[in-house]
Amino acid sequence: MTDTAKVWGLHIGVLAGLLAAQHLLPVYYANQLARILILAIFAMGYNIAHGYTGLLSLGHALFFAIGMYGAGLAVWQVEWTAFPALGIGLVAGGVSAGVVGLLALRTSGVSFMIVTLMFAQAGYLTILYFGTYTGGDEGFVVEAVGRQVFGYNLAHDGPRATAAFALFAIALLTNLWLVRSPFGRVMVAMRENEDRSRMLGYNPFRIKLIVLVISGVYAGLAGAAYGILFGYVGASFATVQYSILPLLYSLLGGAGTVLGPVLGTALMFALIEMASLVTSAQLLVVGVALVALVLFAPRGLLGAVRERWLKWLP
Amino acid sequence: MAFGPFLLLALLEGTVTAAVLALTAVGLSLVFGVMRVVNVAHGEFFMLGAVVAWFVTAAMPGHPALGFSAALLIAPLVVASVAMLADRLVLKRLNYDPEATIVATIGLLYILQQTALTFYGPDARPVAAPFIWRIQTPWFGYSGYKLFVVAAAVVILLSVWAFMTRSRAGLIMRATQIDRQTAQAFGINVDRVYAGTFALGAALAAVAAVLVVPIQQAHYLMGGDPLLLSFIVVIIGGLGSLRGTLAAALIIGLGDGVISMFFSPTLAKIIATLLVALVLVFRPQGLFGAKP
Repeated sequence: MTDTAKVWGLHIGVLAGLLAAQHLLPVYYANQLARILILAIFAMGYNIAHGYTGLLSLGHALFFAIGMYGAGLAVWQVEWTAFPALGIGLVAGGVSAGVVGLLALRTSGVSFMIVTLMFAQAGYLTILYFGTYTGGDEGFVVEAVGRQVFGYNLAHDGPRATAAFALFAIALLTNLWLVRSPFGRVMVAMRENEDRSRMLGYNPFRIKLIVLVISGVYAGLAGAAYGILFGYVGASFATVQYSILPLLYSLLGGAGTVLGPVLGTALMFALIEMASLVTSAQLLVVGVALVALVLFAPRGLLGAVRERWLKWLP
Repeated sequence: MAFGPFLLLALLEGTVTAAVLALTAVGLSLVFGVMRVVNVAHGEFFMLGAVVAWFVTAAMPGHPALGFSAALLIAPLVVASVAMLADRLVLKRLNYDPEATIVATIGLLYILQQTALTFYGPDARPVAAPFIWRIQTPWFGYSGYKLFVVAAAVVILLSVWAFMTRSRAGLIMRATQIDRQTAQAFGINVDRVYAGTFALGAALAAVAAVLVVPIQQAHYLMGGDPLLLSFIVVIIGGLGSLRGTLAAALIIGLGDGVISMFFSPTLAKIIATLLVALVLVFRPQGLFGAKP
């Protein structure tokens, strides 16, 4: 088998497995799986910026929240249905990432992390400040009209699971195509050696800006989908925690691999689920996982697998 | 109340904020300056200081001043040992790589915060002020303890300055800051300098927290605001510059006091965070730093 056949075979196989799992699992776990798939889209977008291009942002919660609020407010204020609301969330995520990128990409390394963190924090505080329009701390519930798509009601378990799977499948295959395209190679070149890429004639600022916009589109889409599928929009999704989570998911699964983010998201959900049986301090698991990962497994699970066995893993 | 007294009150509150902030931020700035480590868990060291202060004062019966003095000694020591442990177990093994240490200190943040939740609980608890003394102005009464906080912060900051510029240990720290390799070549034990710096930075945050805890209760989530504000101060003042940090603490503290009083605390923070982002983009050396 050629590598191309192996790669597409593996990813389509994983998608088929997920689809089957959705129908076989009990309702509670099927719903958790829908949550995992949506957050995995977020993590995939993060991974495109961090894992492939080396842009370590601490501000992705901003793009996620802007997508979520874009969609939620479109439903609340102008009564749009789910499909256009999703579109506006996706666009809002990309545009906000572009604006932040224009400023933040003038810096790099630690400064880039802090600038993105500060923009996200300013965004979170802005949501609280304009409480009359955003519902402030309490957020708001997405009304029934915004959860209709082609006559299906996304508030029901079946259609919600299908929608989550469809969005995830599109995001995953796009991601796979992107990183195997010539542009994907340039992204990796940017991560490995920016100066040399510049010498070869690439414009690092332009490449990184495009990557950040793509990453923002993923985050915005995930935020909008999360709001619409689970019916709630709130300021807690704009906190620093939601910038850390996609970083953690992709680090755990393997930064710079296509399947890493979804694997990391699923594992982290399982870990937190198990921890909640023992303690109410669930975020302790997040902390321990972060420290353990940077100390012992900086490449994550699939990163290690690729290094040892599957050299062709994208 | 007329505008004048209102402004006076805002400036007084701002000065208290600035004093506490300066202590916390100098700790962060020291760690960044010497070790090039951005310590995201700094706010949790602050929180830990407040929580330890609560435990100490709760365990000491008798006059509040007794428990408070004990807390002022014990809390920084406890927090400094935690920091030293974290340095040995985590940061050192990462070779102080800037990006890896940020991720690791984020992890540390969650570990400390959630441990506090487990052992201290979700309640906010007050610590009694060591003395009660009210200053009466013609328009309002003001807590004398808050002025004590300002005085104490000034004394501690002066000692930090004297330590850094006049003592042998301070000289060694500055040498390591300027050139790690050369310092090592001259027989300086860089590992020990780093562990000591990290502990000192954490201890400063703990002292600030003990001073503030009679004004503001101890709570396991209280580390967020000091972290954000210290970041703002350290960056606006110029990363690693102590003098810039102090000037920025004064500006941010007073600005925060005035904007919070006349407009809204949230607006004050929005302005400050955006200012930081823009300073980093357009003037990375800070408002007060010299061109590199």
